[in-house]
Amino acid sequence: MIHPMLGEAWLAMGANRLRTALTMLGMVIGVGAVVIMMAIGQGAQYAVQQTISTMGSNLFIVLSGSFTTAGVRSGSAGAPTLNVADGEAIAELDGVANVAPTHQGTRQLVYGSQNWSSQVIGTTPEYLDARAWNIVNGAGFGDSDVRSATRVAIIGKTVAENLFGDDDPIGKTMRIQQNPFIVIGVLGSKGQNLDGRDQDDTVIIPLSTAQRKVFGTPFLGSVRMIMVQADSAEGMPRVMESVSSLLRQRHRLRDGMPDDFFMRNLSAAAESEAETTRTMSILLGAIASISLLVGGIGIMNIMLVSVTERTREIGIRMAIGARQRDILSQFLLEAVMISFAGCLLGLLLGLGIALAVNALTGMVIVVSGSSALIAFAVAAGVGIFFGWYPAQKAARLDPIEALRYQ
Amino acid sequence: MPPMANAAVIRVAGLGKSYETAAGLFPALKGVDLDVRPGEFIAIMGPSGSGKSTFMNLLGCLDTPTVGDYFLAGENVAQMDKDALALLRNRTLGFVFQGFNLLPRMTLQDNVALPLVYAGVDRETRQQRARELLAKVGLGQYAESLPSRISGGQQQRVAIARALVNRPRLILADEPTGNLDSHTSEEIMRLFEELNGEGITIVLVTHEPDIAAHCKRQVRFLDGQIVSDHLTVVDGGDA
Repeated sequence: MIHPMLGEAWLAMGANRLRTALTMLGMVIGVGAVVIMMAIGQGAQYAVQQTISTMGSNLFIVLSGSFTTAGVRSGSAGAPTLNVADGEAIAELDGVANVAPTHQGTRQLVYGSQNWSSQVIGTTPEYLDARAWNIVNGAGFGDSDVRSATRVAIIGKTVAENLFGDDDPIGKTMRIQQNPFIVIGVLGSKGQNLDGRDQDDTVIIPLSTAQRKVFGTPFLGSVRMIMVQADSAEGMPRVMESVSSLLRQRHRLRDGMPDDFFMRNLSAAAESEAETTRTMSILLGAIASISLLVGGIGIMNIMLVSVTERTREIGIRMAIGARQRDILSQFLLEAVMISFAGCLLGLLLGLGIALAVNALTGMVIVVSGSSALIAFAVAAGVGIFFGWYPAQKAARLDPIEALRYQ
Repeated sequence: MPPMANAAVIRVAGLGKSYETAAGLFPALKGVDLDVRPGEFIAIMGPSGSGKSTFMNLLGCLDTPTVGDYFLAGENVAQMDKDALALLRNRTLGFVFQGFNLLPRMTLQDNVALPLVYAGVDRETRQQRARELLAKVGLGQYAESLPSRISGGQQQRVAIARALVNRPRLILADEPTGNLDSHTSEEIMRLFEELNGEGITIVLVTHEPDIAAHCKRQVRFLDGQIVSDHLTVVDGGDA
């Protein structure tokens, strides 16, 4: 039953090619717009996700507290309230994947006749695990390097390029604060973080070496910052809760006394960024679907005209035995075919424009199978929804009236 | 009077149809009784407004009566729903119209096969049957042509082939020669006579006595009632 009807729908579409093409154009533009907008929106989401994943997931930092001297308050991490033992205690908690006490600052690096200012991070080997950072050349340092405060350094890609140029940095000696450090590893590239800072412009050295030789510290064993990684995103709030109560207990803070440390959820900022782009892409999709709606109304309009024009044909069909549902499905099929063909062309158009945008501007574009599938489902839905009323109108014609129609 | 050999194809009893008009209820048909036996060839005659078109619409299951009974091949049509009526039109009746009413975008073969599509017959059988009937009405060579390529008389032959494609019990022809010249009309009437000779029952509406003369029985309508019903008098050379 469906097979001959497909052929007939095809004939009917071909009978008025320009009109069919213009009706389809509405769907082409609608679906094209949705595809482009979704590609751009998902591209933005993907870009943010990429940036977030370079930062490391499920991270938060604990900073040592501030102090006040003669009314002048230091910022966070001003008071030496955190120490390495705190970090070791945190590592024992449930749901904690990695703990890395860090001490960082900006220092001038010197190699041969070159010099370069960069961020120096003194930390433990867990830091690289927490931030999911690979070493692409050479090796990292171990716990023994931290214990014995060896002067070894792992450098980021930007540092390697600026300081060593084409030389292989591995085994070379550079100076930080007059102290010679042997470069033992080069980090893989992470690019910019969400603030736009170059994450590759970094030198990582053992925490003990940093405190003794580079930054100096008022109390040996104290740290400014401890980076903590939770097992899972869901576990984050619970882990932060237990770290807080652990530190209050260790620092002997009674109820009512303020914390002598700060905690910041690094992932939260990233999550909100991701949320923003998600909202943006939904908004873009919503705006684009308005044009899909307009396309659908175009189909309805043309189908109504078509039903009126073909009243006599409908009468003939009814006279020779077409039931109401035969007429209904005939016109519905026609609407769905126009919608589908328009959708297919719109998909190609949208894809083409998305690729062109990508090629011309370098903007990240993501076209997923699911967005194509959604577009098709929507097209079928639009065809049926906007084709229903005209088809119903055709099916309910009185055969005698319809046969008399000129 | 009609032969009484078999059960009636059509049995109409007290059939009436009224229309709502601005001036009130207008009775287009006032209690009509008629039996049509298998193999009959009846002309329905009468001036316009006599109720013959209303009667034909009821016979054709395109409309339902206000009062009375209509038995088509033994089934009472009067109370059937729209789908059941569509099924009857498809399986039991064949229509031939004054204006031919072929679908202009379809080939003649597809036009003839169209009732079989609604009957759910497979493609192979549809095409074969349509070709057979086109050959029967002498237009086998035009199977792939569009209706606009052939003359009016030929189009009416195609319409007759379409009416026959589902092997109906009854052919209803509404002024089938109204749009044709007298020569072509003669040809079409000879085709009807031929079909009737093969045992097909035909009811034909016309206002031309020449055309009615081809039929075996003549029923005349006036003011919504049958005023005369007699067998055709065979006079001279006219059959």
